[in-house]
Amino acid sequence: MVIDDSRVIRMVVRRILEAMGLAVVDAADGYTGLIACREAMPDLVVLDWNMPVMDGGGFLAELRASPGGEGVPVIVCSSDNDPARIAAALEAGANEYVMKPFDADILHGKLAQLGIFR
Amino acid sequence: MKPATYTALSDWLYARLGLSLGHDKAYLVESRVAPVLRRHGIASMDVLGAQLRRGLPEDVAREICGAMTANESAFFRDIRPYAHFARVALPALLRARAGTRRLRIWNAAAGGGQEAYSIAMLLHEARAALEGWAVEIVATDIGDEVLRRAREGVYTHFEIQRGLPARLMVRHFIRQEDRWQASPELRAAIRFGAFNLMHDPRPLGVFDAVFCRYALVQLEVASREAISGRIAQILAGDGFLYLGEGEVARPALFAPVPGEKGIFTHAPRVPGGVAPSLRP
Repeated sequence: MVIDDSRVIRMVVRRILEAMGLAVVDAADGYTGLIACREAMPDLVVLDWNMPVMDGGGFLAELRASPGGEGVPVIVCSSDNDPARIAAALEAGANEYVMKPFDADILHGKLAQLGIFR
Repeated sequence: MKPATYTALSDWLYARLGLSLGHDKAYLVESRVAPVLRRHGIASMDVLGAQLRRGLPEDVAREICGAMTANESAFFRDIRPYAHFARVALPALLRARAGTRRLRIWNAAAGGGQEAYSIAMLLHEARAALEGWAVEIVATDIGDEVLRRAREGVYTHFEIQRGLPARLMVRHFIRQEDRWQASPELRAAIRFGAFNLMHDPRPLGVFDAVFCRYALVQLEVASREAISGRIAQILAGDGFLYLGEGEVARPALFAPVPGEKGIFTHAPRVPGGVAPSLRP
């Protein structure tokens, strides 16, 4: 599940993940993403942090409180590179954090760290 | 570059590094060496070739060696060797060294420093178990410029994200606009120095683990075997050798760790290892 209000980022992440053989669904805001997750819990969420309707922090809190959502790996993907805010996202339950811009190798590496891709 | 210059440079690199270029790497050599020539005001590869015949200044020689052996790297490259070190090697060494409480790790071919900093971060994670221990990480490479960069520990936005978990990035690195520098504590945990793998490493002392990843792959078999042999002389009898995935240590001296790629211990019943009791 890719959640980002940027159509370009959704497309870029989708291409990287699909090239790895993963099936991808996406959403343009946290609320739409949360509804989709509650219907069918994904194996991975790539999550923007600053979004309209429901931001990444709101989504993450709701996901972790949802049945089956406690252990889903979440990689926050944001242009915010402030160390304090990165630490806060991890503290809030994100498993990893990617700073934009990024490339396929960086995302591969994060998935490998989470044991999703080798 | 004239063919004679390329031949002279190839011969020089082989003698100095054991690096075997073949006949068709002129473009590679020029692209890597050009920045060194610019820094030292050397007008062209052919001028360098003439200087080679007269004897190159040592600082230029070391920079060329560094440029020719520099590799793309990443933090925790391949992950598995670091997982093995943290979960298998380190607990075993902690038990075996409980008497001396001394641990020495050599990162040969340190390159951009990512490997040495990865090891330092793993040891930081194990700091409770290492309380009161003398821990030493020695990181060596051949080129002054490579070492300067490694010692400085500054990485671009992209480099810092290659292999480094975000949790460790915010704990051990300080953001400076769009770059990230290793914290003073992390840098202080590593002793960087110049060393050529073609030389005798015994003056560096005995090590409990050696990381020499993706340095041998560029070399001819004879050079690889010679370096394996030298590493065997300074690796403790119960120590661990970490090479790159797909790299092989001299079979007469080292045995692969079952189920792992590029991780070795001393081969059983073959002399060459240094017993822990002989440590300086």
